[in-house]
Amino acid sequence: MSDKIPVTVLTGYLGAGKTTLLNRILSEDHGHKFAVIVNEFGEIGIDNDLVVGADEEVFEMNNGCICCTVRGDLIRIVEGLMKRRGKFDAIIVETTGLADPAPVAQTFFVDEDVQERSRLDAVVTVADAKWLSARLKDAPEAKNQIAFADVIILNKMDLVSEEEAREVEGRIRAINPYAKLHKTTKCQVPLDAVLGRNAFDLERILEIEPEFLACGPDCDHPDHDHSHDHGHDHHGHDHHGHDHGHHHHGHDHGHHHGGLKVYHDEEMQSVAIRIDGDMDPNKFMPWINDLVQREGPNILRSKGILAFKDDPKRFVFQGVHMILDGDSQREWKPGERRESKVVFIGRNLKEDELRKGVASCAA
Amino acid sequence: MAVTQTSLTEHVTPLTLGAEVVGAAFLGRTPAFALADGTGVLAEVGAEQRFTLHEDATILTAQSMAGRMVTGGDDGRVVELRGDGSVTELANEKGKWIDALALRDDGSTAWTMGKTVKARDPKGEVKEMSAPSSVRGLCFMPKGYRLALAHYNGVSMWFPNTAAEPDGLAWRGSHLDVTVSPDGRFCITAMQEHALHGWRIADKKDMRMTGYPSKTRSFSWSHDGKWLATSGAEACIVWPFDSKDGPMGKGPRECGVRPARVTRVAFHPRAMVLAAGYDDGWVMLFRLGDGAELMVHRYEDKGSPISALAWNEDGKRLIFGAEDGTAGLLDLPA
Repeated sequence: MSDKIPVTVLTGYLGAGKTTLLNRILSEDHGHKFAVIVNEFGEIGIDNDLVVGADEEVFEMNNGCICCTVRGDLIRIVEGLMKRRGKFDAIIVETTGLADPAPVAQTFFVDEDVQERSRLDAVVTVADAKWLSARLKDAPEAKNQIAFADVIILNKMDLVSEEEAREVEGRIRAINPYAKLHKTTKCQVPLDAVLGRNAFDLERILEIEPEFLACGPDCDHPDHDHSHDHGHDHHGHDHHGHDHGHHHHGHDHGHHHGGLKVYHDEEMQSVAIRIDGDMDPNKFMPWINDLVQREGPNILRSKGILAFKDDPKRFVFQGVHMILDGDSQREWKPGERRESKVVFIGRNLKEDELRKGVASCAA
Repeated sequence: MAVTQTSLTEHVTPLTLGAEVVGAAFLGRTPAFALADGTGVLAEVGAEQRFTLHEDATILTAQSMAGRMVTGGDDGRVVELRGDGSVTELANEKGKWIDALALRDDGSTAWTMGKTVKARDPKGEVKEMSAPSSVRGLCFMPKGYRLALAHYNGVSMWFPNTAAEPDGLAWRGSHLDVTVSPDGRFCITAMQEHALHGWRIADKKDMRMTGYPSKTRSFSWSHDGKWLATSGAEACIVWPFDSKDGPMGKGPRECGVRPARVTRVAFHPRAMVLAAGYDDGWVMLFRLGDGAELMVHRYEDKGSPISALAWNEDGKRLIFGAEDGTAGLLDLPA
C-alpha cells in the first residue's frame, strides 16, 4: 500500500483555473516531486521533464460491462513512469475541460498493473464561480465533473457577488453535497487541501456525512475531517428531495448556513440512506451488485459504511459506475452506534427504489 | 510432471547492473543490457563497459537483432548500440515517448510514438504513417519490408514503401503487442483483457487463446516456428502452430507450473528447450520433449521480477535481468 504512488485527477471546465493550479503545484516549494500527465503541453509554462503529454484515448473493456471505459494512454504512461520510480512521489492527471472523469478513475481500478503500482487519491474539480451555474445547465460534462469530485475548488470568487456565490454553491451542493469545497481566488488554496487526500482510501469513507450539514459552507474550520460521532443532530439527511429553490435554515445545529440556497437538480442528484442496526451481507451484497449492473451507467459514485450482522468490523465500499471495491476495516468501537450508511451520486436516481432496496437488506 | 530436476545454478555468473533491466541480448559473444536509467551495458565478465545512451532520460523499450541493440527513450530518441561499443542515434522525436520498437535483420528499424509509426530502411530513408489509435506493439513480418502494428480494435499491416492503405485485421478491444509466425501465416496479439487473439492471415479467420490471469507481455517462437511460448500465467503457455489451422480447436501445452507468474519466455535457438523467467526472480529451462526441468536461478526468499531474457546465437549462453537491476549469465556446461 505505502509504496503505491498516489494519483490526483484534476478536472474542470475550460478556463476555470486548472492550469493556474497546476503551475502552482509545479513551481511552489512543497518538498514533493510530481509527475504531471497533461493533455495540452503548451498551457504549462514550466519546463519540467516530468510533464508528460497524453492523448485521452478512451476505450471500452471487453468484460461485459458496458460503461467500463478506461484510458489506454494512461495505462501506457503509468507503466513508463514506473521505470523512473524514485524521481517523483505522486502523479497528477490533468483532463481536458470536456472529459468525463470516469474512464480516468476506472483505469486505476480495472488495470491490474496500474493498480499494483499506483492508487487513486482524489478527483479534484476546479470550477469557475462566475460561469459554473450556466455551465451546469448547458454542459453535461461540467455536471459530471462536479458529481464526481472529492474536492471542489470554486475559483474566481472575486468575480461574483454574494448572491451569485450563494447561487453557485447551492447548485454544486444539489449535485454533490459530499465533496470538500474550497472557495478561492486564483486557486489560492493550501496544496495539502488538494493533494494527499486519500479520498479513495476505504479507510476514509467516514467522510460520508454531507459536509455542509455538519459544518456549513462558510465555516473556516481548518480541518473538515470531523469525527464520525460529532454532536450535530441532523435527521436522516432530509435536505434532499424537498425544500428546493428557497432559502433554507431548517437544521437546528450550531453552524450557520449563510443563506445557502438549496436546489434540486432535475438530472443529477445524491441520495444518502441510513439504516439503524445491522445489515445482512447475504442480502446486501447481491443487491448492490445487481444494482450497479443495472443502474451503473447512471450511478457515478457510490460509497458506504456498513454494520454487517455478527461482524465486529465495519465494512466499507466505494464504487465508480459498475466497479465496486470493498473491504472490512476497523472494529466498531465500544459504545459506537452500529448503523449503516450508503450514498449514491448519479443521474436520474430512483430514490424510492434505492431506499427500499437498502431497507430490505436489514438483518 | 517433472521427470528430472537438475540445477545449473553453479554455472551462473551473477551481475549487478544497478537499474531496472529493460532489455537483454547477445551482441556477437558479448552480453548486452539496456537499463531503465538510460544506460547500455556491454557486460563482458571482468571487462564491463557502460554507455550513456539516453542522458537524463529513461529507456522505455529495447529490441535486439543481428548484432545490434536498439533502445527507445522518454527523451524521444532511438539509439543503436553495437558489440564494438559504437553508439548511433537513429532518430530524435523531441517531446515524444518512444512506445515500441521493431528490428529487421537487414538493419531496418521501426518505432512508434502515440499513433505515429516510422520505419527506417538500411539506407536511412524514413517513412511515416498514422495509425487509427496509439500503437503499443509492432513487429516486422517475415516476408517483405512490412510491419504489423497492434492498436485499439486490431492490427494494421503496412508496407512502408508503398502508398497503399494498410491491410487490417479487426477484433474489438485493445491490442498491446503483436507477433507474426516465422512462416508468415499467423498474426497473434496480446490483449488488455488477459487473452491472446490470432488471425490466419490468408483468410483473416479469428482465433482466441484465453485463460491467462494477467497480460501476456512476452512471446517466443520455437526455432522451427511450430510453437509459440507466452508469459502471463503461472506456467509457460505454449500454443501449437504446426497444422494449417494453428491452435484452433487445440489446447496449449503448459510447462513450469509454479506458484509465481511467468514474466519472460525465450525459446532456445536450436533445440526444443524453453527458458522462462518468473515474477519472483526464478529462471528455469524446460525440455519440451520429455518435460525435464532445469533450475537456472532461484531465491530462498522472493526475488525481483525477471524483465529480460535472451539466448546467444548457438544457444550455449543465456542472460537474464530483473526489475531490481540484478542479472545473470548462464554458461551451459559442454
